[in-house]
Amino acid sequence: MLHTLSIGELADRLADREISSVELARHFLARIERLNPSLNAVITVTADEALSSAAAADARLGAGERGRLLGIPLIHKDIFCTDGVRTSCGSRMLDNFVAPYDATVVTRLKAAGAVMLGKSNMDEFAMGSSNETSYYGPVRNPWDTTKVPGGSSGGSAAASAARLAAYSTGTDTGGSIRQPAALTGLTGVKPTYGRVSRYGMIAFASSLDQAGVLSRSAADAAEVLKVMAGFDPKDSTSVDAPVPDYPALLDAPLKGLKIGLLREFFDGLESRNATLIQDALKLFTSLGAETVEVSLPHLPLSVPTYYVVAPAECSSNLSRFDGVRYGYRCAAPSDLTDLYERSRGEGFGAEVKRRIMTGTYVLSAGYFDAYYLKAQKVRRLITDDFRAAFEKVDLVAGPTTPTPAFAVGAKIDDPVTMYLNDIYTIGANLAGLPGLSTPCGYVDGLPMGLQLVGPHFSEAKLLSAAHHYQRATEWHLHTPDGYQ
Amino acid sequence: MANWEVVIGLEIHAQLATKSKIFSGSPTVYGALPNTQADLVDLAYPGVLPVLNGEALRMAVKFGLAIGAKIAHRSIFARKNYFYPDLPKGYQISQYEHPVVGKGAITVLYDDGAVKTVGVTRAHLEEDAGKSLHEGLANASGIDLNRAGTPLLEIVSEPDMRSAKEAVAYMRKIHTLVRYLEICDGNMQEGSFRCDANVSVRPRGAAKFGTRAEIKNLNSFRFVEKAIQYEVARQIELIEGGGKVVQETRLYDSDKNETRSMRSKEEANDYRYFPDPDLLPVEIDDAFIDAVRGSLPELPDEKAARFAGEFGLSAYDAGVLSASREMGAYFEAVVDALGTAGRSAPQAKLAANWVMGELSSALNRDNVEIAGSRVSPEALAGLLTRIVDATISGKIAKEVFESMWSDGKSADALIEEKGLKQITDSSAIEGVIDSVIAANPKQLAEYLSGKDELFRFFVGQVMKATAGKANPAQLNELLKKKLTGGPK
Repeated sequence: MLHTLSIGELADRLADREISSVELARHFLARIERLNPSLNAVITVTADEALSSAAAADARLGAGERGRLLGIPLIHKDIFCTDGVRTSCGSRMLDNFVAPYDATVVTRLKAAGAVMLGKSNMDEFAMGSSNETSYYGPVRNPWDTTKVPGGSSGGSAAASAARLAAYSTGTDTGGSIRQPAALTGLTGVKPTYGRVSRYGMIAFASSLDQAGVLSRSAADAAEVLKVMAGFDPKDSTSVDAPVPDYPALLDAPLKGLKIGLLREFFDGLESRNATLIQDALKLFTSLGAETVEVSLPHLPLSVPTYYVVAPAECSSNLSRFDGVRYGYRCAAPSDLTDLYERSRGEGFGAEVKRRIMTGTYVLSAGYFDAYYLKAQKVRRLITDDFRAAFEKVDLVAGPTTPTPAFAVGAKIDDPVTMYLNDIYTIGANLAGLPGLSTPCGYVDGLPMGLQLVGPHFSEAKLLSAAHHYQRATEWHLHTPDGYQ
Repeated sequence: MANWEVVIGLEIHAQLATKSKIFSGSPTVYGALPNTQADLVDLAYPGVLPVLNGEALRMAVKFGLAIGAKIAHRSIFARKNYFYPDLPKGYQISQYEHPVVGKGAITVLYDDGAVKTVGVTRAHLEEDAGKSLHEGLANASGIDLNRAGTPLLEIVSEPDMRSAKEAVAYMRKIHTLVRYLEICDGNMQEGSFRCDANVSVRPRGAAKFGTRAEIKNLNSFRFVEKAIQYEVARQIELIEGGGKVVQETRLYDSDKNETRSMRSKEEANDYRYFPDPDLLPVEIDDAFIDAVRGSLPELPDEKAARFAGEFGLSAYDAGVLSASREMGAYFEAVVDALGTAGRSAPQAKLAANWVMGELSSALNRDNVEIAGSRVSPEALAGLLTRIVDATISGKIAKEVFESMWSDGKSADALIEEKGLKQITDSSAIEGVIDSVIAANPKQLAEYLSGKDELFRFFVGQVMKATAGKANPAQLNELLKKKLTGGPK
């Protein structure tokens, strides 16, 4: 079955002309049509564009060109601007917004011959951990459709897990790639801050946002990341450093790799989850890695720190959505204030408003020092903790999430409980570090993830470690029932 | 009034003369059709990001070096958050706590000859907003975002000025400087150079400043002067009448010549400044600063000192001639064209007088920039040469200059054509003197009886008879001789 093949296998078959890109696109489009209604993972299907870019890829292949992503279908998170295609960011505010340009991530993948099948559902403006804040309704987890797929890249996760595309793109501000990857049995990579251009990626919290990939395996992720990554003069925060050949480095020897077990991650960890992580680390030891315990004393402060920094930035980033130039505008505004108030009041959902208000509060005169400035100081301490840990170990490991996927509706009315879902993932964002989640077993029949976090620009090491682990395990190869 | 001391500080906004905007690639040319010079970044489309224009940074550093300010090796762009339709992002990118240019100072020469140093607190980079348009639109407002994202250098002075005139003199000096540095075109009608004035009054001798009002958006030197004068009078009258000045922002209405309250401190926005996470801190090293320093032109004060030293000009003349780079260059070109003699004090002074006098009034009259003068420096030197070699008198030269201005011909051609060559032939002048004396026996008798002032009458008659061409020095000498039968 074409949809169970890896990117490498698909690339080989396309190269051998066993299949065509158009056939591949048709196959996945048919799956979307059949399977998406119960998942709500894809909110815009671009069938015509997909078939024409697949035909173009076939022409390139016919002309002898080869590329690991050439002619292979993907789905973009609807946070990436796509020229001529609605880019909603999961919000009523942008329900009518057709982007007039491509995000750099989209441009790079297009140039590599990737075939976009559509845009995936997401938490509104990437604010959420369950994909329930979307204007387009919740996304269902293909492992159990009564459960959430995680968020905010929940649509991308569900789509990749249900094999509606070979892979999907996502963004991760506090765990939005790794958490849904863990909850849907995928490999999710959040690169180092600055590794992938943010240009054209609708901003939530600019100092934390980073684009990445949700795929079946570390090997697939390596192929995609190699194309996505790189300096972009249009993004001042992107880093001008060479991009390693991630696929070529997957087989780098694991022997001697020092993995730090984060003491803070295991405090109070549910026992079945803890067992899975310990088993995974035992396997790493058997493969030649060493494990040592490390401590990041300020890590427990990461959730409150994040919920000051991220809302502060979002309150400013979302000011541009004012009903004046594009996006939602209220009917018959009576004056300027009415235009602003109703356009924003009606265009944004509850979670977005909550964060805009929180962010406005922490930045306001008299509170700035106590909240924003304090949070920045703690952020620095967390970063320093990681730096100190990486003087002793190559990577740190722990769970990606505290629990497996929870029921749709279970936490949506309790923001603090919802926020605690990202307790293990937020640290990497605050410190700008790369992180990866790989499937490591099941709790209650639902997939769980092992998280690896490395020093800045250690993506190759993370991918290689995960690749070694995946060669010794089969969790990542499992496909949920009904989607095989 | 005599009991009150006025305290003024200015915030000058100089639009930097970059080709493209500060954070986008759109052109900055003035006057294009609305919204034709605004790209996705200027329109604040979802997902776009700002990228700093290195040229704007270089210009800011240039200004900082020219006022001897400390240049920050690390400066930070912050967001100033507020909602307004002409502010597409809902925030303005500006520098707040860490500006690129720190403390500096500038020397200002006032009209009365006094010299004063005015402190510059800081200068920072920021982007301009767009414009809201209301004219001709019923029940709607238009927005033109062509200006959105234009680079501005905000130059904040210390509260060092004590009168409207001082404020204007300081503003003029900054105006001169930014044009010298070629970092701003200084065009005030187009809004390229404007200021906000912070004005307060306090009893003379008081240590504490009074409560200040900020007058926004003054875009001419005259408005700055009038607005401050009005505001000072208003505040004094208010306090003397038992009232209190409130801290507020005021607008100057030039039609009514008054300032009006715009918003009080209580209504002021909380701008929620924080560092812009889309832009990294701006790091500049000594090599960058040195390279900019190496590109600095001769500055106005340096040029004035050189003019005074090299050509023996007065401080006033040297100051006027160095007030703009173009005028200084014109003057020097005239001096150069006069040859080696031109560098001598009398000839340089002659050149200075002509540039500041006839040339400047012709330029003002016809509203022409000196760079586009209809009389080139070489042509003017040609005219001055004829004064120096006594071919024509200074009076005739003024007529020749007017013809040169309108016809574009050279001085020599006009002198030849109009037969204006001065009469220096003694016998010819003597002949005219003789006939004038003969024709005015009554005046001669009076003169000889001691009415000395009649000498001027005879000079006038001879000049009339020669159509002004008699060499004045020779005429004086010969006339004296004739009237008295020899030198008195």
